[in-house]
Amino acid sequence: MAIPICTMTPERKRMITPEEVEHIGWLARIKLTGEEKEQYAEQMNDILDYFGKVDEITTDVEPTYHVLELHNVFRDDIASGSLEQDAALANAPNKKEGFFKAPRIM
Amino acid sequence: MMSITDVLRRVEEASAEDVVAEHLEQIRKSKFNTFITVAEDQSLKRARLIDSGESKSGGRLSGVPIAIKDNMSTTGIRTTCASHILDGYIPPYDATVVERLYAEGAIVIGKTNMDEFAMGTSTESSYYGPTRNPHNPDCVPGGSSGGSAATVAAGEVAISLGSDTGGSVRCPASFCGVVGLKPTYGAVSRYGLVSYANSLEQIGPIASNVEDVAFLYSIIAGHDPKDSTSVEVDTEIGIDCDVKGLTIGVPAQYFGEGIDPAVESAVWDGIHHLEDEGATYSEVDMPHTDYALAAYYIIAMSEASSNLARFDGMRYGLRTEDKDWSTTFSDVRVLGFGAEVKRRIILGTFSLSTGYHDKYYLKALQVRTLVKQDFDLAFKDVDVLIAPTMPMPAFRIGELVDPLSQYLADVNTVPINLAGVPSVSVPCGSTDGLPIGMQIIGRYFDEPRILGVAAAVERSSQYS
Repeated sequence: MAIPICTMTPERKRMITPEEVEHIGWLARIKLTGEEKEQYAEQMNDILDYFGKVDEITTDVEPTYHVLELHNVFRDDIASGSLEQDAALANAPNKKEGFFKAPRIM
Repeated sequence: MMSITDVLRRVEEASAEDVVAEHLEQIRKSKFNTFITVAEDQSLKRARLIDSGESKSGGRLSGVPIAIKDNMSTTGIRTTCASHILDGYIPPYDATVVERLYAEGAIVIGKTNMDEFAMGTSTESSYYGPTRNPHNPDCVPGGSSGGSAATVAAGEVAISLGSDTGGSVRCPASFCGVVGLKPTYGAVSRYGLVSYANSLEQIGPIASNVEDVAFLYSIIAGHDPKDSTSVEVDTEIGIDCDVKGLTIGVPAQYFGEGIDPAVESAVWDGIHHLEDEGATYSEVDMPHTDYALAAYYIIAMSEASSNLARFDGMRYGLRTEDKDWSTTFSDVRVLGFGAEVKRRIILGTFSLSTGYHDKYYLKALQVRTLVKQDFDLAFKDVDVLIAPTMPMPAFRIGELVDPLSQYLADVNTVPINLAGVPSVSVPCGSTDGLPIGMQIIGRYFDEPRILGVAAAVERSSQYS
């Protein structure tokens, strides 16, 4: 079966090290183990190498964040319904006196 | 496979409760792992309300069961996004599309399997195990809406909803031999759809035939005050499958390196058939197609890294033992997210980070402008574009394990999401018992036309 082939330059640079993957993972609040760091760095280098394709284009067109030409949509300032407190809290794994209970910040 | 008409007739002959019971029996016997949650009690209850006349009767889908992809909110029915992190989550509200279906008397029979958080092309990344392709159980059904397409193909339900961020309705429709529509961005409310990449995705209908897809689209489309990116559309659409005078553009870039010859020839057969019925075709150039895949993945992952930040274990789903805030936040995510979801969040975070933002994210958004311009220019000369939905038929479970190789399979579907135009995948042939789909791509909000062309293909296809 034919699968599109990824063309990669043999001398491609390592764009991201396992340590950087660990750092970015932590920024996204995903702490990686030693083995995961290595495996992800390997895969991410392949993927980032492919992503580098967008950098081949030289252009000064405006970026498109959104395809429809919509601008901010306002509604009238009229109160409407929302979830009852019990319903909003129903799925919380930890709650106390009508609040979500979170771990300590520091 | 069943049609809506078949099911309505059966409701008429017997009752909604009988129909639901028959569907539940069929789903229980399924060998394809199409559902994550079967809403047995809720669906029977709703059927009884319809039979007793307590529920609004006269709806256009009165008593018709529908399968909903498990990333859409359903009151009282567990919603998992095929992820461990949403363990035990029972939504307190309905997605707008679900509300609209209920208003027509439809019955949510269950929540279908998918790639975790809709991130995939094969439905193999589900925490609940892979869905199997009804045409060959060793093959994937496509993804990420694999359960929604496979359950229709297996004849378990007549209709389902999927969501399409980069091909997630069209790919499984193609692999499973059913019809799937990715509507114009903004045509269908995303309220209650768990966001993955919200500037790209749309909810779309899946069915065994074009008419049912068009009908389902007319029910779910239209402005919703709860989604400020949704717009009013004309939902009174009739499908006109007369293609006399239709101009078709065939983008050479979509028939590129690596395309399976059987796919190429099936799609051309479809085009020639339309030509026989009075359409004309010409080759069109979409020069930025080659850059679309990289741009798509950069944008999708960047948006995902932001959207999935809400999964912190505080308000719903998994929670681990309390430590400090950041450690607990991370513990929950390490335990709850699968490998592909973690990979995409980390890559997205990287693409948005200082020093790389301009090289990756901003550049991808500029490429998006160029891809959109390709479509705008092409549609000055032609009414629709036709291309293979996927460059290959369904691959085998476990065949594409390297993440990048699976991303590359999306080469023909992602440009459509970058531009936001509508596209419908319709079966046009088969190879070794596996279906082949072609996509008909249209101008913004030109769903009636692409559905009409799809109906003409369907009528001609010996496969259906």
